[in-house]
Amino acid sequence: MKAAVILFPGSNREGDAARALKQATGRQPDIVWHADHDLPTGTDLVVLPGGFSYGDYLRCGAIAGRAPIMDAVRKHASRGGYVLGICNGFQILCESGLLPGVLMRNANLHFVCKMQHLKVERAAAPFTSAYRSGEVIKVCIAHGEGNYEADDATIETIEKDGRVAFRYCDENGALGGGANPNGSRNDIAGIYSERFNVLGLMPHPENLIDPMVGGVDGRGMFASLAAAAG
Amino acid sequence: MKARVVVTLKNGVLDPQGKAIEGALKSLGVEGVASVRQGKVFDLEIEGQDKAAASASLQAACEKLLANTVIENFKIDLG
Repeated sequence: MKAAVILFPGSNREGDAARALKQATGRQPDIVWHADHDLPTGTDLVVLPGGFSYGDYLRCGAIAGRAPIMDAVRKHASRGGYVLGICNGFQILCESGLLPGVLMRNANLHFVCKMQHLKVERAAAPFTSAYRSGEVIKVCIAHGEGNYEADDATIETIEKDGRVAFRYCDENGALGGGANPNGSRNDIAGIYSERFNVLGLMPHPENLIDPMVGGVDGRGMFASLAAAAG
Repeated sequence: MKARVVVTLKNGVLDPQGKAIEGALKSLGVEGVASVRQGKVFDLEIEGQDKAAASASLQAACEKLLANTVIENFKIDLG
């Protein structure tokens, strides 16, 4: 699989994403500058990494969502190419129109940085085939604006079409209450595009790939992508 | 020409920052404030004197960048 990680001014998890991709695919991803207009030829997967692009000025992901490279990312997605946005990358996908809705300030106003359990809503290519549907995984979250919101009609569509990728839950898979760290609608932690080739999520699977840091539940996503793209 | 754009959250969109400010005003003993909603103000300097063109540019600026119309409304004041 040929992957490209986009680097915006203020991105800070591009190295983590590159490490996870290298581990799963054996191949170092290209790092692509936000002001470029083209993706490397043959790119299968674009990753928008976590961080604070443009210092979160205006709104999180607002300026990065309109960077020159995003036109190429939109074209890649419209061709059916895979796009993964993690944390700030999810915010950028929402701001760029590749995913519906918006990530608002956490309902409790706190920046939340902790381990978090997620329920895998569907185990399917290209992002989650290595998991089981309903499986509870433990990854981490680190964000101040992860409170997913959209209008009622959009939420209804996303739910009806099975486009919720992950929901926040407790270690037993129970949803709601204290298991939801940010007030996100329907405990949504990540969603797919209509064609399931674009995924945005607030949690960081790329940080849970090494037993040394407390778990390897994030590996499944990168293994799934490696299997899907060959 | 000077222009001012005011971006506010749509009705019904939860505004935790506004709520926190509301609480802080109460704790300061400021009375009579029923609720607070936080927004943003942008002051722009527009080139030329063509009001219609300026108005079109400002509309585009709001729709493309200044406001996220999923959750925000905008109001343009062209001086």
